[in-house]
Amino acid sequence: MNWQLLPQFAITGLLNGGPIALMALGIVLVFKSSEVFNFAHGQMLLIGAMAAWWFASPEGMGLPLWAAIIAALAVSVLLGLAIERLTLRPMTGQPLLSIILMTLALGQFLQGLTIFVFGTTQRNFPVIFSVTNPYRITLPLTYNDNPIVVVLRQNLVWSFVIAMICVIVLVLFFQYTRTGLAMRATAENHETAQSVGIRINHVFGISWAIAGVIAAISGILIATASGLDLSLSIVVLAAFPAVLLGGLESIPGAVLGGLIVGLAQGLVGLPNNSFFMGPAAAQAIRNSAEIVPYILLLIVLVIRPDGLFGQKRIERV
Amino acid sequence: MLTVNNIEVVYSDVILVLRGISLKVEPGQIVALLGANGAGKSTTLKAISGLLLRENGAVTRGSIEFEGRRLDKLPAEEITRLGIAQVLEGRRLFQHLTAEENLLTGSLVRPNNRSEIKESLERVYAYFPPLVKLRHRTAGYLSGGEQQMVAIGRALMARPRLLLLDEPSLGLAPLLVQTIFAMIRQYNHESGVSMLLVEQNAHVALQTAEYAYVMENGRIVLDGPAEQLAQNADIKEFYLGLTAVGERKSYRDVKHYKRRKRWLG
Ligand SMILES: Nc1ncnc2c1ncn2[C@@H]1O[C@H](COP(=O)(O)OP(=O)(O)O)[C@@H](O)[C@H]1O
Ligand SMILES: [Mg+2]
Repeated sequence: MNWQLLPQFAITGLLNGGPIALMALGIVLVFKSSEVFNFAHGQMLLIGAMAAWWFASPEGMGLPLWAAIIAALAVSVLLGLAIERLTLRPMTGQPLLSIILMTLALGQFLQGLTIFVFGTTQRNFPVIFSVTNPYRITLPLTYNDNPIVVVLRQNLVWSFVIAMICVIVLVLFFQYTRTGLAMRATAENHETAQSVGIRINHVFGISWAIAGVIAAISGILIATASGLDLSLSIVVLAAFPAVLLGGLESIPGAVLGGLIVGLAQGLVGLPNNSFFMGPAAAQAIRNSAEIVPYILLLIVLVIRPDGLFGQKRIERV
Repeated sequence: MLTVNNIEVVYSDVILVLRGISLKVEPGQIVALLGANGAGKSTTLKAISGLLLRENGAVTRGSIEFEGRRLDKLPAEEITRLGIAQVLEGRRLFQHLTAEENLLTGSLVRPNNRSEIKESLERVYAYFPPLVKLRHRTAGYLSGGEQQMVAIGRALMARPRLLLLDEPSLGLAPLLVQTIFAMIRQYNHESGVSMLLVEQNAHVALQTAEYAYVMENGRIVLDGPAEQLAQNADIKEFYLGLTAVGERKSYRDVKHYKRRKRWLG
Protein backbone atom coordinates (compact mmCIF):
# COMPACT_ATOMS: atom_id res chain seq x y z
CA MET A 1 0.00 0.00 0.00
CA ASN A 2 1.25 3.39 -0.97
CA TRP A 3 0.27 5.27 2.16
CA GLN A 4 1.74 8.63 1.28
CA LEU A 5 -0.45 8.75 -1.83
CA LEU A 6 -3.63 7.92 0.05
CA PRO A 7 -4.55 11.53 0.93
CA GLN A 8 -3.96 12.65 -2.64
CA PHE A 9 -6.23 10.01 -4.12
CA ALA A 10 -8.85 10.31 -1.41
CA ILE A 11 -9.14 14.08 -1.72
CA THR A 12 -9.12 14.00 -5.50
CA GLY A 13 -11.82 11.37 -5.43
CA LEU A 14 -13.95 13.29 -2.96
CA LEU A 15 -13.70 16.48 -5.00
CA ASN A 16 -14.61 14.53 -8.13
CA GLY A 17 -17.67 13.49 -6.21
CA GLY A 18 -19.00 17.06 -6.31
CA PRO A 19 -20.26 17.01 -9.91
CA ILE A 20 -21.43 13.41 -9.41
CA ALA A 21 -23.47 14.61 -6.43
CA LEU A 22 -24.93 17.38 -8.56
CA MET A 23 -25.99 14.91 -11.24
CA ALA A 24 -27.51 12.66 -8.60
CA LEU A 25 -29.39 15.64 -7.19
CA GLY A 26 -30.93 16.37 -10.59
CA ILE A 27 -32.25 12.83 -10.82
CA VAL A 28 -33.53 12.79 -7.24
CA LEU A 29 -35.32 16.09 -7.72
CA VAL A 30 -37.41 14.79 -10.59
CA PHE A 31 -37.97 11.50 -8.84
CA LYS A 32 -39.17 13.14 -5.65
CA SER A 33 -41.71 15.34 -7.33
CA SER A 34 -43.05 13.04 -10.02
CA GLU A 35 -41.83 9.54 -9.05
CA VAL A 36 -40.21 9.26 -12.46
CA PHE A 37 -36.64 8.01 -12.68
CA ASN A 38 -35.21 10.16 -15.43
CA PHE A 39 -32.97 8.08 -17.65
CA ALA A 40 -32.58 11.07 -19.97
CA HIS A 41 -30.61 13.07 -17.40
CA GLY A 42 -27.31 12.27 -19.12
CA GLN A 43 -28.59 13.69 -22.38
CA MET A 44 -29.75 16.81 -20.56
CA LEU A 45 -26.14 17.16 -19.39
CA LEU A 46 -24.92 16.74 -22.94
CA ILE A 47 -27.32 19.26 -24.43
CA GLY A 48 -26.57 21.84 -21.72
CA ALA A 49 -22.84 21.57 -22.33
CA MET A 50 -23.26 21.52 -26.13
CA ALA A 51 -25.40 24.63 -25.96
CA ALA A 52 -22.78 26.41 -23.85
CA TRP A 53 -20.10 25.38 -26.33
CA TRP A 54 -22.17 26.59 -29.29
CA PHE A 55 -22.98 29.96 -27.73
CA ALA A 56 -19.31 30.50 -26.83
CA SER A 57 -17.58 29.07 -29.88
CA PRO A 58 -16.65 31.21 -32.89
CA GLU A 59 -18.26 28.42 -34.95
CA GLY A 60 -21.49 29.25 -33.16
CA MET A 61 -22.53 32.55 -31.64
CA GLY A 62 -19.13 33.61 -30.32
CA LEU A 63 -20.56 35.08 -27.12
CA PRO A 64 -18.35 35.78 -24.11
CA LEU A 65 -18.14 32.70 -21.89
CA TRP A 66 -20.31 34.03 -19.08
CA ALA A 67 -23.05 35.02 -21.53
CA ALA A 68 -22.77 31.66 -23.26
CA ILE A 69 -23.23 29.85 -19.95
CA ILE A 70 -26.27 31.92 -19.04
CA ALA A 71 -27.74 31.30 -22.49
CA ALA A 72 -27.09 27.56 -22.11
CA LEU A 73 -28.83 27.55 -18.72
CA ALA A 74 -31.81 29.29 -20.32
CA VAL A 75 -31.90 26.66 -23.06
CA SER A 76 -31.81 23.97 -20.37
CA VAL A 77 -34.76 25.52 -18.54
CA LEU A 78 -36.73 25.45 -21.78
CA LEU A 79 -35.62 21.90 -22.46
CA GLY A 80 -36.79 20.78 -19.00
CA LEU A 81 -40.13 22.53 -19.39
CA ALA A 82 -40.59 21.11 -22.87
CA ILE A 83 -39.84 17.58 -21.73
CA GLU A 84 -42.41 17.87 -18.96
CA ARG A 85 -45.05 19.47 -21.13
CA LEU A 86 -44.62 17.44 -24.31
CA THR A 87 -43.66 14.00 -23.08
CA LEU A 88 -44.68 13.57 -19.44
CA ARG A 89 -47.95 15.39 -19.16
CA PRO A 90 -49.60 13.49 -22.00
CA MET A 91 -48.64 10.32 -20.15
CA THR A 92 -50.30 11.32 -16.87
CA GLY A 93 -52.25 8.36 -15.55
CA GLN A 94 -50.20 5.80 -17.48
CA PRO A 95 -48.34 3.15 -15.51
CA LEU A 96 -45.18 4.57 -13.96
CA LEU A 97 -43.06 1.97 -15.71
CA SER A 98 -44.24 3.20 -19.11
CA ILE A 99 -43.27 6.73 -18.18
CA ILE A 100 -39.84 5.62 -16.99
CA LEU A 101 -39.26 3.64 -20.18
CA MET A 102 -40.36 6.72 -22.07
CA THR A 103 -37.50 8.70 -20.45
CA LEU A 104 -35.13 6.00 -21.68
CA ALA A 105 -36.44 6.46 -25.21
CA LEU A 106 -36.36 10.23 -24.77
CA GLY A 107 -32.68 9.97 -23.85
CA GLN A 108 -31.97 8.12 -27.11
CA PHE A 109 -33.98 10.70 -29.02
CA LEU A 110 -32.07 13.59 -27.46
CA GLN A 111 -28.78 11.84 -28.16
CA GLY A 112 -29.78 11.45 -31.79
CA LEU A 113 -30.92 15.05 -31.94
CA THR A 114 -27.54 16.19 -30.62
CA ILE A 115 -25.75 14.17 -33.29
CA PHE A 116 -28.06 15.63 -35.92
CA VAL A 117 -27.43 19.20 -34.82
CA PHE A 118 -23.82 19.14 -33.65
CA GLY A 119 -22.31 16.07 -35.30
CA THR A 120 -20.05 13.60 -33.57
CA THR A 121 -16.77 15.48 -33.47
CA GLN A 122 -14.94 16.09 -30.22
CA ARG A 123 -15.22 19.77 -29.25
CA ASN A 124 -12.73 21.87 -27.34
CA PHE A 125 -14.76 23.22 -24.53
CA PRO A 126 -13.59 26.67 -23.36
CA VAL A 127 -11.25 26.55 -20.39
CA ILE A 128 -12.95 28.07 -17.38
CA PHE A 129 -10.35 27.43 -14.67
CA SER A 130 -6.60 27.76 -15.06
CA VAL A 131 -4.98 24.46 -16.01
CA THR A 132 -1.42 25.55 -15.32
CA ASN A 133 -1.46 26.52 -11.66
CA PRO A 134 -2.65 23.65 -9.53
CA TYR A 135 -3.16 24.25 -5.83
CA ARG A 136 -0.53 22.67 -3.59
CA ILE A 137 -1.72 21.99 -0.10
CA THR A 138 0.55 20.75 2.64
CA LEU A 139 -1.38 18.54 5.00
CA PRO A 140 -0.57 18.53 8.73
CA LEU A 141 0.60 14.95 8.27
CA THR A 142 3.99 13.41 7.68
CA TYR A 143 5.17 10.17 6.12
CA ASN A 144 8.73 9.07 6.92
CA ASP A 145 9.25 12.61 8.26
CA ASN A 146 8.27 14.13 4.90
CA PRO A 147 5.19 16.38 4.94
CA ILE A 148 2.42 15.13 2.74
CA VAL A 149 1.52 17.51 -0.06
CA VAL A 150 -1.55 17.12 -2.21
CA VAL A 151 -1.70 18.70 -5.64
CA LEU A 152 -5.16 19.67 -6.82
CA ARG A 153 -6.09 21.01 -10.21
CA GLN A 154 -8.03 24.28 -9.96
CA ASN A 155 -10.67 22.69 -12.05
CA LEU A 156 -11.26 19.98 -9.53
CA VAL A 157 -11.50 22.34 -6.59
CA TRP A 158 -13.77 24.87 -8.23
CA SER A 159 -16.07 22.28 -9.77
CA PHE A 160 -16.55 20.89 -6.31
CA VAL A 161 -17.18 24.33 -4.82
CA ILE A 162 -19.70 25.23 -7.53
CA ALA A 163 -21.49 21.91 -7.17
CA MET A 164 -21.77 22.40 -3.42
CA ILE A 165 -23.01 25.97 -3.85
CA CYS A 166 -25.74 24.66 -6.16
CA VAL A 167 -26.69 22.09 -3.53
CA ILE A 168 -26.88 24.71 -0.80
CA VAL A 169 -28.89 27.14 -2.94
CA LEU A 170 -31.36 24.39 -3.76
CA VAL A 171 -31.73 23.29 -0.16
CA LEU A 172 -32.40 26.89 0.91
CA PHE A 173 -34.88 27.23 -1.94
CA PHE A 174 -36.81 24.14 -0.83
CA GLN A 175 -36.74 25.15 2.81
CA TYR A 176 -37.57 28.83 2.63
CA THR A 177 -39.65 29.64 -0.45
CA ARG A 178 -43.31 29.07 -1.18
CA THR A 179 -42.48 27.27 -4.40
CA GLY A 180 -40.08 25.06 -2.44
CA LEU A 181 -42.83 24.24 0.05
CA ALA A 182 -45.23 23.43 -2.79
CA MET A 183 -42.59 21.12 -4.25
CA ARG A 184 -41.99 19.33 -0.98
CA ALA A 185 -45.74 18.92 -0.45
CA THR A 186 -46.16 17.54 -3.96
CA ALA A 187 -43.29 15.14 -3.34
CA GLU A 188 -45.21 13.68 -0.41
CA ASN A 189 -48.58 13.11 -2.00
CA HIS A 190 -50.02 14.32 -5.28
CA GLU A 191 -53.67 14.02 -4.30
CA THR A 192 -53.28 15.84 -1.01
CA ALA A 193 -51.23 18.52 -2.76
CA GLN A 194 -54.02 19.06 -5.28
CA SER A 195 -56.56 19.17 -2.50
CA VAL A 196 -54.78 22.16 -0.96
CA GLY A 197 -54.78 23.85 -4.34
CA ILE A 198 -51.21 23.17 -5.51
CA ARG A 199 -51.01 22.99 -9.30
CA ILE A 200 -48.93 19.85 -9.46
CA ASN A 201 -48.33 20.15 -13.18
CA HIS A 202 -46.58 23.45 -12.52
CA VAL A 203 -44.53 21.77 -9.82
CA PHE A 204 -43.47 19.01 -12.22
CA GLY A 205 -42.51 21.65 -14.78
CA ILE A 206 -40.43 23.55 -12.23
CA SER A 207 -38.70 20.33 -11.13
CA TRP A 208 -37.75 19.51 -14.70
CA ALA A 209 -36.57 23.04 -15.33
CA ILE A 210 -34.35 22.94 -12.24
CA ALA A 211 -33.13 19.49 -13.24
CA GLY A 212 -32.25 20.94 -16.64
CA VAL A 213 -30.25 23.76 -15.07
CA ILE A 214 -28.27 21.56 -12.74
CA ALA A 215 -27.71 19.04 -15.52
CA ALA A 216 -26.28 21.83 -17.65
CA ILE A 217 -24.05 23.03 -14.80
CA SER A 218 -22.69 19.53 -14.19
CA GLY A 219 -22.27 19.05 -17.93
CA ILE A 220 -20.31 22.29 -18.28
CA LEU A 221 -18.12 21.47 -15.27
CA ILE A 222 -17.29 18.06 -16.65
CA ALA A 223 -16.81 19.30 -20.22
CA THR A 224 -14.40 22.03 -19.20
CA ALA A 225 -12.32 19.42 -17.38
CA SER A 226 -12.30 16.63 -19.91
CA GLY A 227 -13.50 17.93 -23.25
CA LEU A 228 -16.87 17.64 -24.90
CA ASP A 229 -18.22 14.85 -27.06
CA LEU A 230 -21.24 12.56 -27.12
CA SER A 231 -19.85 10.35 -24.37
CA LEU A 232 -20.69 13.10 -21.86
CA SER A 233 -24.16 11.59 -21.58
CA ILE A 234 -22.65 8.38 -20.24
CA VAL A 235 -20.90 10.12 -17.37
CA VAL A 236 -24.25 10.02 -15.63
CA LEU A 237 -23.70 6.30 -15.07
CA ALA A 238 -21.60 7.30 -12.07
CA ALA A 239 -24.58 9.17 -10.65
CA PHE A 240 -27.09 6.30 -10.81
CA PRO A 241 -25.42 4.34 -8.01
CA ALA A 242 -25.06 7.60 -6.06
CA VAL A 243 -28.81 8.12 -6.33
CA LEU A 244 -29.55 4.60 -5.16
CA LEU A 245 -26.93 4.72 -2.42
CA GLY A 246 -28.60 7.84 -1.09
CA GLY A 247 -32.00 6.22 -1.07
CA LEU A 248 -33.61 7.65 -4.23
CA GLU A 249 -35.67 10.31 -2.49
CA SER A 250 -33.20 12.02 -0.23
CA ILE A 251 -31.36 15.19 -1.16
CA PRO A 252 -28.65 14.81 1.50
CA GLY A 253 -28.53 11.15 0.46
CA ALA A 254 -27.87 12.07 -3.17
CA VAL A 255 -25.10 14.46 -2.19
CA LEU A 256 -23.47 11.99 0.16
CA GLY A 257 -23.93 9.21 -2.38
CA GLY A 258 -22.13 11.33 -4.97
CA LEU A 259 -19.24 12.03 -2.64
CA ILE A 260 -18.97 8.37 -1.66
CA VAL A 261 -18.90 7.29 -5.30
CA GLY A 262 -16.21 9.87 -6.04
CA LEU A 263 -14.18 8.76 -3.05
CA ALA A 264 -14.49 5.09 -3.99
CA GLN A 265 -13.42 5.79 -7.55
CA GLY A 266 -10.47 7.81 -6.24
CA LEU A 267 -9.35 5.11 -3.84
CA VAL A 268 -9.33 2.30 -6.39
CA GLY A 269 -7.11 4.48 -8.52
CA LEU A 270 -4.43 4.21 -5.85
CA PRO A 271 -1.29 2.55 -7.27
CA ASN A 272 -0.28 -0.81 -5.75
CA ASN A 273 -3.55 -1.05 -3.98
CA SER A 274 -2.95 -4.65 -2.97
CA PHE A 275 -4.02 -4.14 0.60
CA PHE A 276 -7.21 -6.15 0.35
CA MET A 277 -6.63 -8.14 -2.81
CA GLY A 278 -3.98 -9.45 -5.10
CA PRO A 279 -2.21 -6.98 -7.40
CA ALA A 280 -3.88 -8.48 -10.47
CA ALA A 281 -7.36 -7.97 -9.06
CA ALA A 282 -6.49 -4.46 -7.94
CA GLN A 283 -5.27 -3.64 -11.42
CA ALA A 284 -8.44 -5.02 -12.96
CA ILE A 285 -10.62 -2.88 -10.72
CA ARG A 286 -8.54 0.21 -11.35
CA ASN A 287 -8.98 -0.24 -15.05
CA SER A 288 -12.70 -0.05 -14.63
CA ALA A 289 -13.41 2.68 -12.13
CA GLU A 290 -16.96 2.87 -13.48
CA ILE A 291 -17.72 -0.50 -12.00
CA VAL A 292 -16.65 0.33 -8.47
CA PRO A 293 -19.70 2.42 -7.59
CA TYR A 294 -21.93 -0.46 -8.64
CA ILE A 295 -20.00 -2.97 -6.56
CA LEU A 296 -20.31 -0.59 -3.64
CA LEU A 297 -24.00 -0.19 -4.38
CA LEU A 298 -24.59 -3.94 -4.33
CA ILE A 299 -22.92 -4.24 -0.96
CA VAL A 300 -24.87 -1.33 0.53
CA LEU A 301 -28.21 -2.48 -0.82
CA VAL A 302 -27.73 -5.96 0.57
CA ILE A 303 -27.20 -4.46 4.01
CA ARG A 304 -29.67 -1.55 3.72
CA PRO A 305 -32.26 -2.12 1.00
CA ASP A 306 -33.60 1.45 1.29
CA GLY A 307 -30.18 2.97 0.69
CA LEU A 308 -28.24 4.95 3.22
CA PHE A 309 -30.84 7.71 3.51
CA GLY A 310 -34.03 6.04 2.33
CA GLN A 311 -36.90 8.12 3.61
CA LYS A 312 -38.41 6.54 6.66
CA ARG A 313 -42.02 5.66 6.00
CA ILE A 314 -44.09 6.98 8.84
CA GLU A 315 -46.42 4.17 9.73
CA ARG A 316 -48.65 5.57 12.43
CA VAL A 317 -52.01 6.92 11.40
CA MET B 1 -73.85 29.23 -2.50
CA LEU B 2 -73.29 25.54 -3.26
CA THR B 3 -75.90 23.69 -5.23
CA VAL B 4 -75.57 20.01 -6.03
CA ASN B 5 -78.19 19.27 -8.60
CA ASN B 6 -79.27 15.66 -9.06
CA ILE B 7 -75.80 14.23 -9.69
CA GLU B 8 -75.00 10.71 -10.66
CA VAL B 9 -71.45 9.43 -10.10
CA VAL B 10 -69.90 6.41 -11.76
CA TYR B 11 -66.52 4.85 -10.90
CA SER B 12 -64.51 3.10 -13.60
CA ASP B 13 -67.33 3.68 -16.11
CA VAL B 14 -69.49 0.95 -14.59
CA ILE B 15 -69.92 1.26 -10.82
CA LEU B 16 -72.86 3.55 -10.19
CA VAL B 17 -72.38 4.97 -6.69
CA LEU B 18 -74.48 8.15 -6.52
CA ARG B 19 -77.97 7.90 -7.96
CA GLY B 20 -79.23 11.45 -8.07
CA ILE B 21 -78.01 13.50 -5.13
CA SER B 22 -79.25 17.04 -4.62
CA LEU B 23 -78.29 19.33 -1.80
CA LYS B 24 -77.76 22.98 -1.02
CA VAL B 25 -75.47 24.91 1.29
CA GLU B 26 -76.42 28.53 1.97
CA PRO B 27 -73.89 31.22 2.93
CA GLY B 28 -72.80 30.90 6.55
CA GLN B 29 -74.62 27.61 7.02
CA ILE B 30 -73.30 24.34 8.43
CA VAL B 31 -74.95 21.47 6.59
CA ALA B 32 -74.47 17.87 7.67
CA LEU B 33 -74.46 14.89 5.35
CA LEU B 34 -75.13 11.73 7.34
CA GLY B 35 -75.13 8.11 6.41
CA ALA B 36 -73.70 4.70 7.15
CA ASN B 37 -70.39 3.44 5.85
CA GLY B 38 -70.47 3.04 2.08
CA ALA B 39 -73.53 5.25 1.58
CA GLY B 40 -71.58 7.53 -0.77
CA LYS B 41 -70.83 10.49 1.48
CA SER B 42 -67.14 10.75 0.61
CA THR B 43 -67.99 10.28 -3.05
CA THR B 44 -70.35 13.25 -2.84
CA LEU B 45 -67.58 15.39 -1.33
CA LYS B 46 -65.08 14.23 -3.94
CA ALA B 47 -67.53 15.08 -6.70
CA ILE B 48 -67.69 18.62 -5.32
CA SER B 49 -63.95 18.97 -4.76
CA GLY B 50 -62.90 17.44 -8.06
CA LEU B 51 -60.85 14.66 -6.48
CA LEU B 52 -63.11 12.11 -8.15
CA LEU B 53 -61.10 12.39 -11.34
CA ARG B 54 -58.04 10.96 -9.62
CA GLU B 55 -59.98 7.84 -8.68
CA ASN B 56 -61.33 7.21 -12.12
CA GLY B 57 -64.74 8.49 -11.13
CA ALA B 58 -66.95 10.90 -13.04
CA VAL B 59 -70.11 12.90 -12.63
CA THR B 60 -72.26 11.44 -15.39
CA ARG B 61 -75.43 13.41 -14.81
CA GLY B 62 -76.52 16.57 -13.02
CA SER B 63 -74.45 19.61 -12.12
CA ILE B 64 -72.56 21.21 -9.26
CA GLU B 65 -72.53 24.97 -8.91
CA PHE B 66 -70.56 27.15 -6.52
CA GLU B 67 -71.43 30.84 -6.44
CA GLY B 68 -72.93 30.46 -9.89
CA ARG B 69 -69.95 28.61 -11.45
CA ARG B 70 -70.07 25.06 -12.72
CA LEU B 71 -67.55 22.92 -10.85
CA ASP B 72 -68.05 19.51 -12.34
CA LYS B 73 -65.46 19.86 -15.10
CA LEU B 74 -62.73 21.63 -13.14
CA PRO B 75 -59.61 19.92 -11.72
CA ALA B 76 -59.30 19.70 -7.93
CA GLU B 77 -56.64 22.38 -7.51
CA GLU B 78 -58.70 24.96 -9.38
CA ILE B 79 -61.76 24.20 -7.29
CA THR B 80 -59.73 24.79 -4.13
CA ARG B 81 -58.58 28.08 -5.61
CA LEU B 82 -62.19 29.16 -6.07
CA GLY B 83 -62.58 29.14 -2.28
CA ILE B 84 -63.53 25.57 -1.37
CA ALA B 85 -61.13 24.04 1.14
CA GLN B 86 -61.40 20.46 2.28
CA VAL B 87 -60.40 18.24 5.13
CA LEU B 88 -60.06 14.81 3.59
CA GLU B 89 -61.17 11.62 5.29
CA GLY B 90 -58.45 10.25 7.54
CA ARG B 91 -56.75 13.66 7.98
CA ARG B 92 -54.21 13.28 5.24
CA LEU B 93 -51.24 15.43 6.18
CA PHE B 94 -47.90 15.86 4.48
CA GLN B 95 -46.31 13.46 6.91
CA HIS B 96 -42.69 14.48 6.58
CA LEU B 97 -43.38 18.20 6.81
CA THR B 98 -43.71 19.88 10.17
CA ALA B 99 -47.08 20.84 11.60
CA GLU B 100 -46.48 24.48 10.74
CA GLU B 101 -45.32 23.69 7.21
CA ASN B 102 -48.52 21.71 6.76
CA LEU B 103 -50.51 24.74 7.86
CA LEU B 104 -48.55 26.94 5.46
CA THR B 105 -49.30 24.68 2.49
CA GLY B 106 -52.91 25.72 3.04
CA SER B 107 -51.97 29.34 2.36
CA LEU B 108 -50.25 28.61 -0.96
CA VAL B 109 -53.46 29.48 -2.82
CA ARG B 110 -53.38 32.98 -1.35
CA PRO B 111 -51.32 35.93 -2.53
CA ASN B 112 -47.87 35.99 -0.98
CA ASN B 113 -48.53 38.49 1.78
CA ARG B 114 -46.34 37.57 4.71
CA SER B 115 -48.06 39.59 7.39
CA GLU B 116 -51.53 38.39 6.43
CA ILE B 117 -50.40 34.78 6.34
CA LYS B 118 -48.72 35.15 9.70
CA GLU B 119 -51.93 36.59 11.06
CA SER B 120 -53.92 33.60 9.81
CA LEU B 121 -51.36 31.28 11.33
CA GLU B 122 -51.72 32.97 14.72
CA ARG B 123 -55.47 32.67 14.34
CA VAL B 124 -55.24 28.92 13.75
CA TYR B 125 -53.02 28.60 16.82
CA ALA B 126 -55.59 30.55 18.80
CA TYR B 127 -58.25 28.02 17.78
CA PHE B 128 -55.97 25.05 18.45
CA PRO B 129 -53.66 26.03 21.34
CA PRO B 130 -52.08 22.55 21.58
CA LEU B 131 -50.51 23.09 18.15
CA VAL B 132 -48.34 25.99 19.31
CA LYS B 133 -45.92 23.69 21.06
CA LEU B 134 -46.02 21.14 18.25
CA ARG B 135 -45.44 23.54 15.37
CA HIS B 136 -41.98 22.23 14.55
CA ARG B 137 -42.81 18.54 14.99
CA THR B 138 -42.97 16.21 12.03
CA ALA B 139 -46.67 15.89 11.26
CA GLY B 140 -46.59 12.13 10.79
CA TYR B 141 -45.67 11.59 14.41
CA LEU B 142 -48.49 13.65 15.90
CA SER B 143 -51.44 11.91 17.59
CA GLY B 144 -54.71 11.45 15.72
CA GLY B 145 -56.36 14.40 17.39
CA GLU B 146 -53.38 16.67 16.80
CA GLN B 147 -53.29 15.62 13.16
CA GLN B 148 -56.98 16.43 12.80
CA MET B 149 -56.33 19.89 14.22
CA VAL B 150 -53.53 20.42 11.71
CA ALA B 151 -55.73 19.16 8.87
CA ILE B 152 -58.55 21.55 9.79
CA GLY B 153 -56.10 24.38 10.42
CA ARG B 154 -54.51 23.79 7.03
CA ALA B 155 -57.91 24.11 5.36
CA LEU B 156 -58.62 27.33 7.28
CA MET B 157 -55.29 28.79 6.15
CA ALA B 158 -56.75 28.97 2.64
CA ARG B 159 -59.42 31.37 3.98
CA PRO B 160 -62.14 29.42 2.20
CA ARG B 161 -65.74 30.49 1.78
CA LEU B 162 -66.86 26.87 1.89
CA LEU B 163 -65.24 24.17 3.98
CA LEU B 164 -65.77 20.48 3.22
CA LEU B 165 -65.15 18.18 6.20
CA ASP B 166 -65.06 14.40 5.76
CA GLU B 167 -65.65 12.62 9.08
CA PRO B 168 -63.53 14.79 11.35
CA SER B 169 -64.61 12.63 14.31
CA LEU B 170 -63.27 9.41 12.81
CA GLY B 171 -61.12 7.48 15.27
CA LEU B 172 -61.01 10.22 17.89
CA ALA B 173 -61.82 9.90 21.59
CA PRO B 174 -65.23 11.38 22.53
CA LEU B 175 -63.74 14.27 24.45
CA LEU B 176 -61.57 15.26 21.48
CA VAL B 177 -64.57 15.02 19.19
CA GLN B 178 -66.36 17.52 21.42
CA THR B 179 -63.37 19.86 21.39
CA ILE B 180 -62.99 19.75 17.63
CA PHE B 181 -66.68 20.27 16.96
CA ALA B 182 -66.81 23.13 19.44
CA MET B 183 -64.04 24.74 17.43
CA ILE B 184 -65.85 24.09 14.15
CA ARG B 185 -68.97 25.80 15.53
CA GLN B 186 -66.96 28.71 16.87
CA TYR B 187 -65.13 29.24 13.61
CA ASN B 188 -68.37 29.16 11.65
CA HIS B 189 -69.89 31.63 14.06
CA GLU B 190 -66.96 34.04 13.97
CA SER B 191 -66.03 33.93 10.31
CA GLY B 192 -69.31 33.01 8.65
CA VAL B 193 -67.68 30.28 6.55
CA SER B 194 -70.17 27.77 5.14
CA MET B 195 -69.48 24.13 5.87
CA LEU B 196 -70.55 20.82 4.47
CA LEU B 197 -69.93 18.28 7.18
CA VAL B 198 -69.91 14.56 6.42
CA GLU B 199 -70.36 12.35 9.46
CA GLN B 200 -71.29 8.91 10.65
CA ASN B 201 -71.49 10.33 14.14
CA ALA B 202 -74.99 11.76 13.71
CA HIS B 203 -75.21 12.84 17.30
CA VAL B 204 -72.46 15.42 17.21
CA ALA B 205 -73.19 16.38 13.62
CA LEU B 206 -76.81 17.22 14.39
CA GLN B 207 -75.69 19.33 17.34
CA THR B 208 -73.43 21.29 15.06
CA ALA B 209 -75.35 21.65 11.82
CA GLU B 210 -78.29 23.81 10.95
CA TYR B 211 -79.61 21.53 8.26
CA ALA B 212 -78.93 17.87 7.50
CA TYR B 213 -79.30 15.30 4.77
CA VAL B 214 -79.31 11.54 5.32
CA MET B 215 -77.86 9.31 2.60
CA GLU B 216 -78.31 5.66 1.93
CA ASN B 217 -77.09 3.65 -1.06
CA GLY B 218 -76.24 6.71 -3.08
CA ARG B 219 -79.52 8.53 -2.48
CA ILE B 220 -80.75 11.18 -0.13
CA VAL B 221 -83.45 9.49 1.91
CA LEU B 222 -84.27 12.22 4.37
CA ASP B 223 -83.50 15.87 4.94
CA GLY B 224 -84.58 18.69 7.20
CA PRO B 225 -83.49 21.16 9.85
CA ALA B 226 -81.06 19.51 12.24
CA GLU B 227 -83.21 19.84 15.37
CA GLN B 228 -86.09 18.28 13.55
CA LEU B 229 -83.99 15.35 12.35
CA ALA B 230 -82.61 14.86 15.82
CA GLN B 231 -86.22 14.22 16.91
CA ASN B 232 -86.97 11.90 14.02
CA ALA B 233 -87.67 8.36 15.19
CA ASP B 234 -85.65 6.70 12.45
CA ILE B 235 -82.59 8.84 13.03
CA LYS B 236 -82.85 8.13 16.70
CA GLU B 237 -82.88 4.43 16.09
CA PHE B 238 -80.21 4.15 13.45
CA TYR B 239 -77.78 6.88 14.18
CA LEU B 240 -78.28 7.89 17.75
CA GLY B 241 -78.98 4.36 18.93
CA LEU B 242 -81.93 5.47 21.04
CA THR B 243 -85.47 4.16 21.33
CA ALA B 244 -88.51 6.30 21.92
CA VAL B 245 -88.03 6.12 25.65
CA GLY B 246 -84.51 7.40 25.27
CA GLU B 247 -82.67 4.22 26.12
CA ARG B 248 -79.91 2.57 24.21
CA LYS B 249 -81.40 -0.20 22.16
CA SER B 250 -79.85 -3.54 21.49
CA TYR B 251 -78.83 -4.28 17.94
CA ARG B 252 -81.28 -7.13 17.53
CA ASP B 253 -84.31 -4.97 18.16
CA VAL B 254 -83.58 -2.55 15.36
CA LYS B 255 -85.56 -3.57 12.35
CA HIS B 256 -82.95 -2.52 9.83
CA TYR B 257 -84.53 -4.09 6.86
CA LYS B 258 -87.97 -2.61 7.29
CA ARG B 259 -86.74 0.89 7.97
CA ARG B 260 -84.40 0.95 5.04
CA LYS B 261 -87.09 -0.26 2.77
CA ARG B 262 -89.35 2.57 3.73
CA TRP B 263 -86.64 5.15 3.13
CA LEU B 264 -85.84 3.81 -0.23
CA GLY B 265 -89.44 3.56 -1.30
N1 LIG C 1 -62.49 4.52 -6.32
C1 LIG C 1 -63.61 3.75 -6.23
N2 LIG C 1 -63.84 2.84 -7.19
C2 LIG C 1 -64.95 2.07 -7.12
N3 LIG C 1 -65.86 2.13 -6.13
C3 LIG C 1 -65.65 3.00 -5.14
C4 LIG C 1 -64.52 3.87 -5.14
N4 LIG C 1 -64.57 4.65 -4.03
C5 LIG C 1 -65.71 4.29 -3.38
N5 LIG C 1 -66.36 3.31 -4.04
C6 LIG C 1 -67.63 2.68 -3.63
O1 LIG C 1 -68.60 3.68 -3.54
C7 LIG C 1 -69.44 3.46 -2.45
C8 LIG C 1 -69.51 4.71 -1.61
O2 LIG C 1 -68.24 4.95 -1.02
P1 LIG C 1 -67.94 6.26 -0.14
O3 LIG C 1 -68.37 7.44 -0.91
O4 LIG C 1 -66.53 6.19 0.28
O5 LIG C 1 -68.90 6.03 1.09
P2 LIG C 1 -68.90 6.71 2.53
O6 LIG C 1 -67.94 7.84 2.52
O7 LIG C 1 -70.31 7.13 2.74
O8 LIG C 1 -68.50 5.65 3.49
C9 LIG C 1 -68.92 2.25 -1.70
O9 LIG C 1 -69.69 1.14 -2.07
C10 LIG C 1 -67.52 2.10 -2.24
O10 LIG C 1 -67.15 0.74 -2.28
MG1 LIG D 1 -66.26 8.11 3.64
